[in-house]
Amino acid sequence: MLSTAIVVFREVLEAALVIGIVLAATQEMPYRRFWVSLGFMGGLAGAGLVALFAGTIAQAAFGMGQELFNALVLSLAVCMLGWHTVWMSHHVQQLSVQVRALRQAIVEEAGAAKMLALFIALAILREGSEVVLFLYGLSVESGGALNLLLGGLIGLALGVLVGLFLYLGILRFSTKHLFTVTSWMILLLAAGMASQAANYLVQADWLNPLYTNVWDSSAILPEGSLLGGVLHTLIGYEDRPSALQILVYFTTLGTLILLMKGVQKKDAKKSKAALGASL
Amino acid sequence: MTPVFRLLPFLLASFLLFLPPSLWAQDGEFRLLIRNHRFEPVKLKLPAHKKVKLLVINEDETPEEFESHDLNREKVVMGKSQIVVYIGPLKPGNYKFFGDFNLKTAQGEIIVQ
Repeated sequence: MLSTAIVVFREVLEAALVIGIVLAATQEMPYRRFWVSLGFMGGLAGAGLVALFAGTIAQAAFGMGQELFNALVLSLAVCMLGWHTVWMSHHVQQLSVQVRALRQAIVEEAGAAKMLALFIALAILREGSEVVLFLYGLSVESGGALNLLLGGLIGLALGVLVGLFLYLGILRFSTKHLFTVTSWMILLLAAGMASQAANYLVQADWLNPLYTNVWDSSAILPEGSLLGGVLHTLIGYEDRPSALQILVYFTTLGTLILLMKGVQKKDAKKSKAALGASL
Repeated sequence: MTPVFRLLPFLLASFLLFLPPSLWAQDGEFRLLIRNHRFEPVKLKLPAHKKVKLLVINEDETPEEFESHDLNREKVVMGKSQIVVYIGPLKPGNYKFFGDFNLKTAQGEIIVQ
């Protein structure tokens, strides 16, 4: 039971952390509960489907379907995170200058809410399908259905709890700078995911790692440890990264920061001009 | 020449750089069995400084996940099926791997010489 709980916990944790950050960043979104629930249900259904068709996915693309699928899901998630950060910085800028009444109209843009739902679904689907396969294997052999169920539930509850702590922690300790804090967390999350996607493409033999083990910090902070795993999810920590991963990580980070700053500058100019015209 | 054409050699070169290494060199195939949630062989010897194709064959009915932090690899193998994992080129040394769904029994090591 304990070993089941541990495996499930580790898989759930990754999704829970990611979702915790994204939820903290989307406080203002109206009808959020509806879209979040939809994302959760879609993700669970998706996890079941991916597990069901795992064999088919694996055999696609000359046996590299699994890697490509993971890389695709991660890349999609990176795009959504990037879009969200740029979009948010755009609107925060407008909010600070323009009338408060605009706020509602802006956050009601339905696209953002749908994106949130899809992002949550993707996060759950990727980790969830592995949980399904793992539990399926156990149920076929050990037969101890109660133990299995209990272990799974404990792991799930613990993972969700950590995600919840992160969510509440962000809200509690960064109320004044919520936007800045969540933006940076999302940027780092996106960069880490991009580097993970690159690693899947290396594993699929589609990309060259350029140079492996640029550093080795596995003796100090192994990626397999709890802290290493959490940092891996949150900021893309790798104990033995390839040069390609580092390149992709900083390219993603740099591109998103430039986009953010660009949008903010443009907005600042616009609002200045608007202000000048109204005077 | 326009600047775009002048850039062409660099673009080509960078494209080649990102091509998969398997197109450059194919250095043999190795097999790893999963039977009763154990790896066979438990210690697998691989050549150093070479890229190898590792065939992981799952003879069990249940799925397993071949995973290694040392090698930066992670791939599910369904029951009664097999996967290909490209590994290396590696420096000499020991690289642990494990089956994530059966951690108690599925432990192994690649020894690169």
